[in-house]
Amino acid sequence: MSTNSILEIDKLSYAYEDKQVLEDIDFSIQSGSFVGLVGPNGSGKTTLIKLILGLLPHKRGTIRLFDTPIEKFKDWNRIGFVSQKANSFNTGFPATVYEVVSMGLTAKVGYFRFFTKQHMQKIKHAVDIVGMTEYLHKNVGDLSGGQQQRVFIARALVSEPDFLILDEPTVGVDAENVQRFYEMLADLNKNKGITLLLVTHDTGTMTSYATNIACLNKRIHFHGDPHSFEHMSDQDLSEMYGHNVHLVKHEH
Amino acid sequence: MISSFLQYEFLQNAFFTALLIGFIAPLLGTFVVVRRLSLIADALSHVTLSGIAFGLMLDKKLGGFALTPFYTGMGFSVLGSIFIEQLRRVYKAYQELAIPIILSGGVGLSVIFISLADGFNTDLFNYLFGSVTAVSRQDLWTILVVALVVTSLVFLFYKELFMLSFDEEHAVVSGIHAKRIHFLFIILTALVIAASIRIVGVLLVSALMTLPVAASIRLARGFKQTIAFSILFGEASVLIGLVAGYFFEIPPGGTIVVTAILILIITLGFKKLQQRSHFKKVMS
Ligand SMILES: Nc1ncnc2c1ncn2[C@@H]1O[C@H](COP(=O)(O)OP(=O)(O)OP(=O)(O)O)[C@@H](O)[C@H]1O
Ligand SMILES: [Mg+2]
Repeated sequence: MSTNSILEIDKLSYAYEDKQVLEDIDFSIQSGSFVGLVGPNGSGKTTLIKLILGLLPHKRGTIRLFDTPIEKFKDWNRIGFVSQKANSFNTGFPATVYEVVSMGLTAKVGYFRFFTKQHMQKIKHAVDIVGMTEYLHKNVGDLSGGQQQRVFIARALVSEPDFLILDEPTVGVDAENVQRFYEMLADLNKNKGITLLLVTHDTGTMTSYATNIACLNKRIHFHGDPHSFEHMSDQDLSEMYGHNVHLVKHEH
Repeated sequence: MISSFLQYEFLQNAFFTALLIGFIAPLLGTFVVVRRLSLIADALSHVTLSGIAFGLMLDKKLGGFALTPFYTGMGFSVLGSIFIEQLRRVYKAYQELAIPIILSGGVGLSVIFISLADGFNTDLFNYLFGSVTAVSRQDLWTILVVALVVTSLVFLFYKELFMLSFDEEHAVVSGIHAKRIHFLFIILTALVIAASIRIVGVLLVSALMTLPVAASIRLARGFKQTIAFSILFGEASVLIGLVAGYFFEIPPGGTIVVTAILILIITLGFKKLQQRSHFKKVMS
């Protein structure tokens, strides 16, 4: 069995009621890569991720995770997820950083079992990785948006996933911390061997860290290394992006 | 007080029942409040009322019926909770619509059953506002069983319930059986409401589930501490309220809820003082 492929998508299409959002997607991710997924607003990035996570049922095409068809896939704790709206949770919710991160282990520990000393150690370690140890017993609602985002990343990391999916995790994070954040991701990718799929609009920063870039706008228009992405002509870009090209180039 | 407590069985029943519901109502109430489902507690308490009225009617028509209104109320509460879930599934985008539907349905049925049972009597009054004298030994045993079942299930499924309350989508992605856990939660809520009605009454049961939590959320750090403080405030309200109700011969529902509100006001004031002194420290 070849285990190099983390994700394989074939001829996937998806429509909300009658609105076609994804068309004929062929896309795969190899183990150890750091994939940046870019595309204008409404291009279907979040939809694609929800399909990968099984949050939406797919009707046409196939999705395979770790060489298993998604219908049969059970190993969900091999996948970590930070959602686009992670920090739009009920900020009045009384939960400490420790408690939020512990949720990342809930499914792994399993029903009728309790957290052990080892689990507690793992939780503290994950909080340490994102540099939030000092806030371990503070309520998450009292933290800044960027700090909350880091807590959610720790929650995704604590189960030691092989594949981490992040949907626009740097929204609301200041420039300096975005930089630190990418460095942290690159480190996880290189030193822990975690495969990453990151949805982002920071195309500029992205290209200096990712190993692959994919452009989505209903279809996958480009999938290659950052170097060739950067050297695409304006004309190629406008073909992919339609009239949104200026917006993307501007952020560059 | 002590001597009458030792002398009268009904006082012992009321006291131990109060201790039990002062524990389970805020325990479940914490999950209810953080999930913003406080109104479901109101809807379910009115469904319970229709069950109680149904029991009173059966009692009246059939005489000496084996099921007391307490049990028919509990049955209706559980059925009502299942029905709410179905409605919430049908009206995905308007989930809160399930609440007025169930609440008005409960009140409507109650009115019908009450008039069929020949109207208002003291029994019904006790169920509406709670009672110090009406709790039988058998009620106490039933409530004890409910409390044990609820507490052990919450303990057993604590981490799943917590996760579901915080972030349902994340729970689903992690592979937690969100629907089943939610179902468990709603049934437990229905049981707690039906059990609490004996002491606090239909109209005020949701207050006992939410007011202690409202006070606790202002002070606590983290979820476990919120539960602990909620239970502490719940027990204080129930015990002070019960004693006051007994002395002034007022239905305990009223005195319990007023005590809970006083506790809430005190915690809000305390929080304000704390913030002010902190502010002063920062400024000086
Ligand atoms: N639940 C839904 N029901 C109907 N249409 C939807 C739903 N969610 C998204 N859409 C539509 O699908 C399209 C793709 O949305 P999606 O959220 O996948 O875009 P996105 O690439 O993640 O955008 P953004 O960059 O703004 O996050 C949009 O046109 C949107 O209007
Ligand atoms: Mg999106």
